Amino acid sequence: MELLIFYPIGTLCVFLALGVVLNKSPIGSAMCLIGMMLGLAAVFAIQHAHFIAILQVIIYAGAIMVLFMFVIMLLNLKGDDTVWKTREGNTLLTGLGAVLVVGILYKMTEITGGGEFDSPTPIQETFGTTVKVGTTLFTDFVLPFEVASILLLAAMIGAVVLAKSKMDD
Amino acid sequence: MIDDIVHFFEPYIYLIVGGVKAIIIAVALTAVVPGLVWLERRLMGRFQVRLGPNRVGPFGLGQPISDSIKLLFKESIIQSSADKFLFHLAPAIVVFTAILSFAVIPITQPFEIFGQTIGPWIANIDSGILFIFAISGMGIYGKVIAGLSSNSKYSLMGGLRSSAQMISYELTLGIAALSIIVMTGSLNLVDMVKSQEAVPFILVQPLAFLLFFIAGVAETNRAPFDLPEAEQELVAGFHTEYTGMKFAMFFMGEYINMVTMSSLVTLLFLGGWNTYILPQNALTGFLAFAFKVLFLLCFFIWLRSTFPRIRYDRLMTFGWKFLLPIAIFNLLLTSALKVL
Repeated sequence: MELLIFYPIGTLCVFLALGVVLNKSPIGSAMCLIGMMLGLAAVFAIQHAHFIAILQVIIYAGAIMVLFMFVIMLLNLKGDDTVWKTREGNTLLTGLGAVLVVGILYKMTEITGGGEFDSPTPIQETFGTTVKVGTTLFTDFVLPFEVASILLLAAMIGAVVLAKSKMDD
Repeated sequence: MIDDIVHFFEPYIYLIVGGVKAIIIAVALTAVVPGLVWLERRLMGRFQVRLGPNRVGPFGLGQPISDSIKLLFKESIIQSSADKFLFHLAPAIVVFTAILSFAVIPITQPFEIFGQTIGPWIANIDSGILFIFAISGMGIYGKVIAGLSSNSKYSLMGGLRSSAQMISYELTLGIAALSIIVMTGSLNLVDMVKSQEAVPFILVQPLAFLLFFIAGVAETNRAPFDLPEAEQELVAGFHTEYTGMKFAMFFMGEYINMVTMSSLVTLLFLGGWNTYILPQNALTGFLAFAFKVLFLLCFFIWLRSTFPRIRYDRLMTFGWKFLLPIAIFNLLLTSALKVL
């Protein structure tokens, strides 16, 4: 039953991810990315991680992608604009991207080929529930959690200061 | 014979029950929209000392029906410069997310029918309130895409304003709801209603109620926060270029969101299906819930006819510099009292 839902959603996710890269218009790319995030949320939901699934929708598909759409709207980018040509011509970026893809694929084959996934351990019932995520975040990972929040706060203040100094000029 | 049929369907009973409930809720929500439009126009008429619609049928009750028929048969115009696919997608997203977010709302207490206990909700998930926030966050895209794909400056400005406003007020909405979550210790809407059996949270958390309701009005883009569709400045905002049924779908989305928001306020602050002094069973529970929701809906309309629309920069200042700090203060106070 789980596989029956997983295969179509997984396939859809892969196609949407391809759509993000191959789409000519920025709006189309953003839409594909939103769709892919929602697909990932569905995958989490199949694993009984309802809380993580909902967080995925709120944070990634909701908050972050709305900001992406915001930028697209403010710049009013269109599909046929000449601005949108970074894909062709930039050899350095293409090369770096290729190295990254090869590296990820190599690592993936290494992990899946190691026989570790031949007998998967069943997921615990509590995996991804609100209580489990909360306790893990505030006991085992409390230091990285706080460091990340301080980093985000610093980045936010930095952005405000930069924008403000530009406005005052 | 009947036993055989029952036996055959037994493993699928939860699917059938769930499907039937989903259909009932979806149909009821769409059917409630014309009634709500009629109520709004009649009440607005009363508030403004005029009659309101009164020509079609008794009390003008036929008006919304004839309006819907008109909208259904109207020609659907799409300008040549619009992005066709996204243009069609936008109203669908608005209505879809509006109906979907109602899935976790319990409309009365669980009851028994044919020996089966039936929960009056489509899904009772652990983080029900977060689900509503997540889905209403998706609803923003409908407006953003409508603004973007129309290829018109009014629509673009409307979409931009709408998304900015919804993002800003979502924060206050979430933090006001957090103080209730801290009090109940659960994200589940059914648990929240159950913990209000003795006393509704509006008496315990009046400040959170006020913040949640104001942010809720802003979140549904209702007057006095209806900046995205300010007629004087933006013609109609993000749906300027829409005609016929696609135009009506944006309105359906808005009214369904109003119903969902009123239901959420009822569940979080007014005790949901709890009748308090009156006898408590599934039917009176539903009536109590419906009465509270209807009262809040009338309150929405009352607000619209009382307050003028506020200016855009004031709307943002009000949200970020006034409502949000109070909401955070309220959350801190609630958490401190909870720990002590």
